[in-house]
Amino acid sequence: MLEVEGEGMVKVGSRFDLRTNQAPDAPETEGFEGPKETHGWVHSYETGSTVDGPGVRVMLFMSGCFLRCQYCHNPDTWHLKDGTKIELSHAIRRLRDFAPALRAMGGGLTISGGEPLVQIGFTRGLFSAAKQMGLHTALDTSGFLGQRADDDYMKNVDLVLLDIKSGDPDTYRKVTGFDLAPTLRFAERLNAMNKAVWVRFVLVPGLTDARDNIRRVAEFVAPMKNVQWVEVLPFHQMGAFKWKSLGLDYKLAETPVPTQAQIQAALEIFHAAGCRAR
Amino acid sequence: MEGINLDPTGLKEARCWRGFEQGRWTATIELRDFIMRNVTPYAGDESFLVGATQRTRAVWEKLQPYFAEERKKGVLDVDAATPSTVLAHGPGYIDRDNEVIVGLQTDQPFKRAIFPAGGLRMVEAGLKAAGFPADSAVHDAYTKYRKTHNDGVFDAYTPEIMRCRNSGIITGLPDSYGRGRIIGDYRRVALYGTDRLLAAKRKERAQVDEMWPNDEVIRTREELAEQMRALADLAEMGRRYGCDIARPAETAQEAVQWTYLAYLGAIKEANGAAMSIGRISTFLDIYIERDLKEGTLDEAGAQELMDQLVQKLRIVRFLRTPDYDALFSGDPYWATECVGGMDMDGRTLVTRNAYRVLHTLTNLGPAPEPNITVLWSKNLPEAFKRYCIKISRDTSSLQYENDDLMRPYWGDDYGIACCVSAMRLGKQMQFFGARVNLAKALLYAINGGRDEVSGDQIAPPTAPVTADVLSYDEVSEKFDATMEWLARTYVHAMNCIHYMHDKYFYERLEMALHDRDILRTMAFGIAGLSVVADSLSAIRHAKVHVIRDDTGLAVDYRIEGDFPKFGNADSRVDDIAVDLVSRFMAKLRKHPTYRNAVHTQSVLTITSNVVYGKATGNTPDGRRKGEPFAPGANPMHGRDDHGWLASCISVARLPYADAQDGISYTVSVAPSMARRDQEAALDNAVRAFDMYFGQGGFHMNLNVLSKETLEDAMEHPEKYPQLTIRVSGYAVNFVRLTREQQLDVIRRTFHSSY
Repeated sequence: MLEVEGEGMVKVGSRFDLRTNQAPDAPETEGFEGPKETHGWVHSYETGSTVDGPGVRVMLFMSGCFLRCQYCHNPDTWHLKDGTKIELSHAIRRLRDFAPALRAMGGGLTISGGEPLVQIGFTRGLFSAAKQMGLHTALDTSGFLGQRADDDYMKNVDLVLLDIKSGDPDTYRKVTGFDLAPTLRFAERLNAMNKAVWVRFVLVPGLTDARDNIRRVAEFVAPMKNVQWVEVLPFHQMGAFKWKSLGLDYKLAETPVPTQAQIQAALEIFHAAGCRAR
Repeated sequence: MEGINLDPTGLKEARCWRGFEQGRWTATIELRDFIMRNVTPYAGDESFLVGATQRTRAVWEKLQPYFAEERKKGVLDVDAATPSTVLAHGPGYIDRDNEVIVGLQTDQPFKRAIFPAGGLRMVEAGLKAAGFPADSAVHDAYTKYRKTHNDGVFDAYTPEIMRCRNSGIITGLPDSYGRGRIIGDYRRVALYGTDRLLAAKRKERAQVDEMWPNDEVIRTREELAEQMRALADLAEMGRRYGCDIARPAETAQEAVQWTYLAYLGAIKEANGAAMSIGRISTFLDIYIERDLKEGTLDEAGAQELMDQLVQKLRIVRFLRTPDYDALFSGDPYWATECVGGMDMDGRTLVTRNAYRVLHTLTNLGPAPEPNITVLWSKNLPEAFKRYCIKISRDTSSLQYENDDLMRPYWGDDYGIACCVSAMRLGKQMQFFGARVNLAKALLYAINGGRDEVSGDQIAPPTAPVTADVLSYDEVSEKFDATMEWLARTYVHAMNCIHYMHDKYFYERLEMALHDRDILRTMAFGIAGLSVVADSLSAIRHAKVHVIRDDTGLAVDYRIEGDFPKFGNADSRVDDIAVDLVSRFMAKLRKHPTYRNAVHTQSVLTITSNVVYGKATGNTPDGRRKGEPFAPGANPMHGRDDHGWLASCISVARLPYADAQDGISYTVSVAPSMARRDQEAALDNAVRAFDMYFGQGGFHMNLNVLSKETLEDAMEHPEKYPQLTIRVSGYAVNFVRLTREQQLDVIRRTFHSSY
């Protein structure tokens, strides 16, 4: 059984410790063999998503994430080495299998996770290859490691799905174990670059649904012209089994999914601030 | 064929054909020419559609108790004493005052008929299972005085074929009942009337009379004589229903009625497994448009015609046996009707009447029959594409087939027999041949021709694999030899079957609604494609250890390591599947067929994947003994674990050129849980269809259903009387599937639709 301390954090040194105390820009190469851009650790991939960017998407889920969100539905992607090590060239070859179909459906590649920016070299290479195939690219990120994504990296990203998990820093810390500030800085940078963004906000009753918490996200985002959508994602329990099978302490086992009325209320806060929200 | 003038003044035809653009079709029997000259393509949306009329609802009410009783009891009634023919039963009605389209298989709704000429055993087994006594006069007639198709086939079968049939490596053969998969061009009766059709047949016969009588000529003469007799009988059946079908139809109502009577005649004459109706809605639209223009019909009346026709098609029943039901349950008979498609000039053949046919699923609720098939083209009107997908989403009752892929082969007036078999209407037929169990063949290759379940020697003895770990090269080589033997045995069996079927159970009416000189195909099939592809992939990419029993028979396999699985767009295994299809096809083509039929092949199981799986031992892909195969060309359950797109791409890679009888693929998606609006979901679905068919996909059965709904329906069937789902190639009423088949459907991969 896993030892867990405060805020869902994993005990230092345990198998589940991802050295979460490291700074966002700490090197991510620990344990890698060979030049970092030739392989990556991948949790899985899925095809056919129609909600993670325009058209139909191939979704690549990277392993490794620093955050420990209480509502995380992919806790099996936290640890880098729980993923499968694959060659970048193999990933590119695989993507090529889907490229004609994706182009035909106006879709593309979305890299999610885990946190794609943990493995910056691998995802940089894959985004670049995807652009060469004529695919639309999307980066699904918490933004916590945003400063790693330099301008050259962002050149090959058409859309950022930016998870702003809370507007209130204390709530953010409670939800994720980390600071909100890097995410906001990244959002501002994307705004300055005029990069297309869909902001995502996970509505968890009793955790993130405080009016003020939502309002602060809304007011932060509202003036940003590059933000095409704010998406309110209702919390769900479909990841609960993963927490259980990993022997992790799942704090939200009793948390209900939001009602239609709660979802509407959250959307209204965004709309009132002037956001295009759905 | 030049017309022979039976209507010397031409007055009847002039009246019936008023307003139509004339052309070659007026002088000769050429349905396509009539359609191309007179069709009104429709690119608009569904907003013109209306609900069911009072009369339609009244007829439907009358039928409800029958449906309810049938769900409880099964077969409601059988006329066990009267072998069915066009004229065997007098007219029957459901609710005479409210029926605008009339005609029943027997004199009562839901009373089934018998077809002993196909095989007496099947009739008597069916009667026994349904709890009805066999008729002694019928028994005597078909044992003492007349031989059946079934008897004929068994006279010609060899011991080897019998062994294959019993072991289950070749099954589902139409050797004891009607072969089906023949589509009479029922529209001909409406457009020309039986007098004109008879005249054309007489002319065809006169030509053959001048030829020297070799086997083929004598057979053709006899067939034409039978066809003419059938047309005369059909005219008489029409008269009994008060319809003068000797002349062409004069109104839309008559066009629907004449077409239906022709079809009814066919299902009174033959109990084929699949009795498609063809491609009638576009044809009928021409008559409806004329009446609408003349002001003699309104939209409610037009919808009423289609609703009532569909009501009739929903109550067609054949007497089957429990064995048959285990293969194809839920009383299917594949009254397949095609809508959509494009013509050779790039014009769409979508009409308002295509919408009306689809709309019957709204007016009357979802149902398996008729088996409505959308011929998909990237150029179909956008509104029609969206409407089809909406109907799929709401009813799970449609199948889709790739018109852009089929049109170059079959032109623009083909229909679909059964599930996926395209044929030019009135110009082509097939000799239906069920399928072989390719997974079993692989096990025979490993076991030197012995059956992995019984241990019996079925294929000629060869050296079995003796190594502890299977080698790809060795297994491939042995498997190739086994397929060679299997293909030969299979063609051999098919030749026997169809020789005898023509001889003893000739479909005289359906063939009367064809040209004399037609293209015949012989349609072979394979089951277990994904099991074999995955097995070979495991042997090549992982380590497969063999576990043998004390007689040396390989009975199980232990796989070490992972391997690519079909259904993930992974060419390492998809290429194996593609090669299997082409390889077996090439082997079939080596052997001459009865009547020089063109060899074709399908990758289709319908629900028989359950029975095939049951009869097959452990396979090297890790599938357990008795576990169902995936249906049709589907990836194995749960192994296509990278989403629907990957799965679609794999299936789309299978080559239609080597599977011209169709490649069936069933996809189940959970209803959208996303909050995105339905319009965006439809846009994505349309794009996904365009992509799949654009990549060369042939067929798509689309179910939009949650696992939970199906599980609830198993527990509480009474709550879901009309729950319809698509299984490989056809739709079924879910609550009428066997329990095993229900579980199989639930176990299949459900893709989340996000």
